[in-house]
Amino acid sequence: MLPDSAPLSATAAASPAEEVLTVEHVSKSFGDNHVLQDFSLTLHRGENLVVLGKSGSGKSVLIKCIIGLLPIDAGRITVLGQEVSTLSHDELDQLRTKVGFLFQSNALYDSMTVRENLLFPLRRHWMADRRGQEESMVMQALDDVGLVETIDKMPAELSGGQRKRIALARTLIIPPEIILYDEPTTGLDPITAREISQLIREVQQKYTTSAIIISHDMNCVRLTADRVALLVEGRCHVEGTYQELQQLDDPYVREFFV
Amino acid sequence: MNSTILAETGAITNFAWRFFRHGFRPRYEVQELLYQCYVVGYQSLPLVGITGFIMGIVLTLQSRPTMAKFGAESWIPTMVGLTIVREMGPIITALIFAGKIGSSIGAELGSMRVTEQIDAMEVAGTNPFKYLVVTRVLATTLMLPILTLLADAIALYAAYIGINLKGVTTLALFTNNIISTLTFGDVVPAVIKTFFFGFAVGIIGCYKGYNANKGTEGVGRAANSAVVVSSLVIFLLDLLAVQITGALGLN
Repeated sequence: MLPDSAPLSATAAASPAEEVLTVEHVSKSFGDNHVLQDFSLTLHRGENLVVLGKSGSGKSVLIKCIIGLLPIDAGRITVLGQEVSTLSHDELDQLRTKVGFLFQSNALYDSMTVRENLLFPLRRHWMADRRGQEESMVMQALDDVGLVETIDKMPAELSGGQRKRIALARTLIIPPEIILYDEPTTGLDPITAREISQLIREVQQKYTTSAIIISHDMNCVRLTADRVALLVEGRCHVEGTYQELQQLDDPYVREFFV
Repeated sequence: MNSTILAETGAITNFAWRFFRHGFRPRYEVQELLYQCYVVGYQSLPLVGITGFIMGIVLTLQSRPTMAKFGAESWIPTMVGLTIVREMGPIITALIFAGKIGSSIGAELGSMRVTEQIDAMEVAGTNPFKYLVVTRVLATTLMLPILTLLADAIALYAAYIGINLKGVTTLALFTNNIISTLTFGDVVPAVIKTFFFGFAVGIIGCYKGYNANKGTEGVGRAANSAVVVSSLVIFLLDLLAVQITGALGLN
């Protein structure tokens, strides 16, 4: 059992960058299962923050709380200056246009082609200044993930890696300020997993996005993380850079770095 | 067991109430509604048509010997017409509709739920309840009465063919026999109840699919229970309808 004290910090100095997302003392339970307990973290602009943890440790629940898919029991989540739990449905929809979410299962609409999948968010957030540009925006998003040739295919015709890339293209079609990745490399072969990790880095550089990446794939963590937070028993146990955590002599950290 | 049934009934009622709260407020998903009407209505036509045809011809052929025994063959069009328009047409079409559309909605939404597509829709700033549930329930509510009227027409024509297999009756005489017998009290309640049947099939199919869990097993269960529960509810609504029409003196 971990002490209720503040998380260990492996980082020498605090980052001076602007905070774009803060999670403060958040708790979330499902019946007697206390998934998150007094959990806190901060995401800075332009940073990739990996939340590391075992399966079932509440990582996915955390980002679903951040995007407002699950309500929190206690605490406060602030995204781009707006407190998520206080937003109306319309305000939350508006905020979600600035926050991309890559689902673990990709969540492509399987009754739609790749083109329709990418057009869907565009048509939901119709913007006058983009009228007539949808097709070029779709092509641009597909070009970013290197899959222009799949535009008229159905999701069932794509490989796992291709589906992941298309899901990422759909996330990018309305350029987000923050992207939440839910286990982006799970279920992929090592080569494809590496490609997806590199793509996450490229997206960060091209779109200057901030990202929270949920993962327990250490290769993905190494390739994508600017900072890593370890989630243990619903709490942020330790945070720091990959190299800093690698040198820590903490039993929970060692489990991942061995 | 009883508490489970009560809890399920309460949850479905709550889901239906949510439909009324969301259904009549903008944004209106007109394009998706039209697409669902096409899927639910137009694509069900062949099945409903074949069922109606068989229903009409079988009813005629099976009732003929008994009617002939009493020398009442001339009453076959009237009897078949009343039976089809008042009861057989609405109930058989609704049951076929529940089997085809209820299961399809349950499986489709169930699959979307377990593969996080519904969550993805919400994250994309779309109200999934409005986009998926409201459109489907409206489509089933509006399409079933139309399908029932078409099934009735096909069944009556099949009855005309059935009568002419072992006798001779002109279409004009057959039609006149039926029209002169049918009253307002026969047709209108039968049409009205099909709106409720359609609503029941849509709301139960959507409820089962929208709340599916436990992966692929949950999808199968959602599809299956959508058919079972909506079929049962159709019979209960029919029982209620006959009580109401009786109380109004329309039986």
